[in-house]
Formats: sequence, C-alpha cells, structure tokens
Amino acid sequence: MTTTSPPTTASTPTVVHRRSRRRWTGWMFVGPFMAVFALVFLAPIVYSLYLSVFRTQMVGGTTFVGLDNYARAMSDPQFWEGLGRVSLFLVVQVPIMLGIALLVALAIDSGRLYGKSFFRISIFMPYAVPAVVASLMWGFMYGTRFGLVGNLNEALGISLPDPLSPGLVLASIGNIVTWEFVGYNMLIFYAALRVVPHSLYEAAEIDGAGQWRVIGAIKLPAIRGALVIATIFSIIGSFQLFNEPSILQSLAPNAITTAFTPNLYAYSLSFSGQQYNYSATVAIIMGLITMVIAYVVQLRGMRKEA
Amino acid sequence: MTTATPAAPAAARRPAPRLRTPRVPSARPRRSTLLTVLTAIVLVYSLIPLVWLLINATKTQGDLFSSFGLWFGDSFALWDNVATTLTYDDGVFVRWLANTVLYVVVGAGGATFLAILGGYALAKFDFPGKRGVFAVVIGAVAVPGTALAVPTFLMFSQMGLTNTPWAVIIPSLISPFGLYLMWTFAAEAIPTELLEAARIDGAGEFRTFFRVSLPLLAPGIVTVLLFTMVATWNNYFLPLIMLRDSSWYPLTLGLNAWNAQAATAGGEAIFNLVITGSLLTIVPLVVAFLLLQRFWQSGLAAGSVKE
Repeated sequence: MTTTSPPTTASTPTVVHRRSRRRWTGWMFVGPFMAVFALVFLAPIVYSLYLSVFRTQMVGGTTFVGLDNYARAMSDPQFWEGLGRVSLFLVVQVPIMLGIALLVALAIDSGRLYGKSFFRISIFMPYAVPAVVASLMWGFMYGTRFGLVGNLNEALGISLPDPLSPGLVLASIGNIVTWEFVGYNMLIFYAALRVVPHSLYEAAEIDGAGQWRVIGAIKLPAIRGALVIATIFSIIGSFQLFNEPSILQSLAPNAITTAFTPNLYAYSLSFSGQQYNYSATVAIIMGLITMVIAYVVQLRGMRKEA
Repeated sequence: MTTATPAAPAAARRPAPRLRTPRVPSARPRRSTLLTVLTAIVLVYSLIPLVWLLINATKTQGDLFSSFGLWFGDSFALWDNVATTLTYDDGVFVRWLANTVLYVVVGAGGATFLAILGGYALAKFDFPGKRGVFAVVIGAVAVPGTALAVPTFLMFSQMGLTNTPWAVIIPSLISPFGLYLMWTFAAEAIPTELLEAARIDGAGEFRTFFRVSLPLLAPGIVTVLLFTMVATWNNYFLPLIMLRDSSWYPLTLGLNAWNAQAATAGGEAIFNLVITGSLLTIVPLVVAFLLLQRFWQSGLAAGSVKE
C-alpha cells in the first residue's frame, strides 16, 4: 500500500515524472472495472432513487410526489406479508444451512473421515447446479404425479402432506436453498479452518483439551471472519429470494402468490403491472433493510473479536 | 460424533509430555466410522437429487409417471431423450446452449479480466481515490442485485439494449466478489520486490503486468473464472427481465419455458425433455469443477486467508 518510490531516486531527473505517472497507473488498471461498475451499479441506484419520488398515471402523466410511494409501501399489506415471509425464512433456514455446513466442515477438517476429499467435492457439487435446474428437480420430486412423494404415498399406502401446498411451500423452498448452498458455505468454512496453525491444536491437546473444547476455544474463534461473511451473504440471499419461488410458481400456482417475496412483488409490479415507480420504491426499501441488517451483523461479528 | 472424542485425547495425551517432536508424524488423528457415517447423511442428501436426475433422464414420458423415481423404468431411453432434446422445435436447445456459451465466454471472461486488473491495482498500487473505490465496491456488494434489476431494465430499454445479448452480458461483467478475491490473492501472491525489479529493468507497467504478475496470479484467476462462470451459466433473473425473444434465451430460461409449456392450454407436456435438458445443462459445470479442483480449492483457500 505504500508508494513504491525509493528505487527511482538514483535517476534524479526522471523522479518527479515517473512518480506522478505511477500514482495514476493504478487507475489504468482499476479504471475499466470502475467504468462498467458505474454503468451497471451506480447509475441504476441513482435512477431508482429518482423513479421512487415520482408517480406516472395514465391521466396526468408523471408528477413529483415526494415520499408518497414510500408511505404507500409502509401501509401495503402485500409488501409486509412478503417481508414477513422472507424474515421467517431467514431466521429458520440460514441457521440450519450454516449449522450443517459448519458441522461438515469441522468433520472434514478433523481428518477423521474416510475419503474426505470425496466428501468435500460431492457435498459442494450442488453449487454448480443452476437454481432453475435445482428448483425443477426438487419441484418434480415434491410432485405427487411422478415425484418421490407420490411414489412413497403409493408404496406405503400413506398420504404425506403435499410439499407444494400453501402451508409447506416455504419450507420446501428452504430445503432447495439449503441443498444448493450447504456445500458452498462448507467450503468457505473449510478453507478458513485449513489455515489455522495445527500447532495450536497440539498445544491444546497437551493441555488436555478435548475435541469439542478445541473446536469451541480455537477453531470457531479462528474462523469468525468466515462465519460473518457467510452469514452476511446468506442474509442478502434470503432477502433477495426470487428464483426458487418464481420457478415453482408454475408447479404450485395457488401456493405462491405474485407477492410471495418482496422481490417477486417488485418484479410483478413492474412487469405485469407497469408500476415502475412503486416497484423501484419497494426495491429500494428492501435494499436499505438488507444493508442495515448486513451492517449490524458485521459490527456484532467483528466486535466480539476485540 | 460423541464417540470420536474420547479416543483422540487418550491416544494423544500419553506420549506427548516426553517426545514432542517425534510424535508429529503420528499426529494424524484416528479415522472414525461413526463420524464418516454421520457426514455421509449430508453426502446422500447432496447427491440424491442428482442421482434422481440421472435416472429419470433415461425414462420415457410414460415411464416417468409409472415407475419408481429412484429406479430405472422399463425402457432405457437416455439416448433417445438426448437426441429429442437436441432436435426438438428445430434444435432450439442447441441455440440456447450456444447463447449460454456466448454469455459465459464474453460475460464471465470479461468479468474475470476486469476483476484481475482491478484487484491487481488495489493490491499493488497506491493511487488517488483508492479508498473511495474500495468503499463504493464493498458497499455495493450489500445492495441486492434484484433491487437494481428494474432500474437497469428501464435504463437499458431507453438505450435500446433490451432484448439483445448485450443486456445480459454488460451487467455480468461486474463481479464484486471476484474483485475482492483477486485483491486478496494478488496481495499474497505477487512480491512487491519483483515488480520493483521489473521496473528497474525498464519494463513498462503493462509489460510487467502481463509477463511478471499474470503468471503468478494463475490459481486465483482459475478460481474467479470458475465462480463467474457459474454465476453467468446459472443466471436466471437478469435474462428473464431483459429478454423477450426466446431465440436469445440462455439454457436456464429455455428450460423454464419448456416446463411452463405443460401448464399452458394446448401446450405439449415434455417433462422428459426438461429433465434430460437439465442434465445436459449441469454436466459441463460439474466436469469443469471436477477437473479444476486443485486450482480453485487453493485459490479459495488463499482468498480466505485475509479474513
């Protein structure tokens, strides 16, 4: 991070010239990224802020309405229902997924498994499966027509509850998301565990610490950074929930409404309802909520370290 | 998992006080069958849907409905299914595959290239506004991608880009996670003295970058490339918004359209093609991950050091 000036001091006349040029060479490398970044990240953010303070009507055209759209969202039961649903999803699915991922990472890292690299790569594999394919596969398996649920009902003469019914569809989506990302999170934890110096474990063992104690006192604190990062990514993912419910919609049209998650709501507002201004408002509110929660998690996670 | 615990300290504790150094080779913990079995539950959970997909890709539409999901049907129709998938509707699947490859090569390739350049600059140069760049990019990671989708669509439609491949490619060019990974990786992998030496020898910045730095970044590049490839190959939301014309669809949108076809009035149900198409969609990525394991696992490990 320090400026790389010392070596040029020998050639006095060029020092000033080379130095100033080098100061800006960083921009030659980061410039292309920032240019595209401005186009696809910054400009849309600014544009949606702009959209959110206007209203377009068939009669009367576009008018400035200040924070009216935000007020409308605050009292919109459909928005709150969707937000409540993804919050429930977040509170239940994320701990289960990260818990399984952490246990598997610890098991693989412990070196006590037979064939650990087979475990590692196989459990990670679902990450390579597109959300569309994962949702279709699980959707078929859930189905009572030719799915495993239907098979079980037939074979055992029982009637399992339909995973795609309104009461269970959120849990079924949670299962799909867990399946997709357990391996990915496991790999993040495992990579962090790998760099913990093994001499620490040996020292702890000499002191008579058992495996669970080693995990609690050494391994978990050592990978706190990875735990925080994975939690933040999972929170963002939960609030953004869109792909899985959107694809399952054709299999369970009655259980998944157009406002099932805030993102589905924003999507249907603008693409079936043409309400671009209100849709942008919903998206901004969701973005703000996500950022605040991610920030709080980061602060809490990092403070414990001190 | 509990039975695994008593065995280890007992074995480890006894010889430890006397011989610390010679014990190191035997420090390898004893394998545990119970732990293996418990972890195998997660393994089975991870693999069952893939096994289901593989088995059901061998069935005709009739068998799909009449036979048990996790075992083969009366007929073995895998090759028929593959052939029909590739030729159905004038070979539209092949067109979707070609589109996906285009989006991946240009989008993921471009994203990786931009991330390499940017990460290298953040790790090895000091320049005005560097802190600003960093803050903006980190802040943007927390913004939900879907929050940007609607305004991006409206912007692109005013620029006349919607319903063209550019609408899918341009947003894929930015990978904040890739930038972060390259930044941490470049900071570790490229010794600053090496760059100094190259500069003293009179090499220009770009020459130094391509000849000295790029080779050292190879494992990180493979990692970022794989992850951006997965992201673009699996992309669904962005093309869903941007594309109307099905001849520009990537595989993910195409498969969903095939699946939805059964629900529409008069639409032909082609579940066997949806299943076989799904299988064909995931095979390239699974193969890429298996072949490149060594690279991406070391790259990911290096990326997490910084955490």
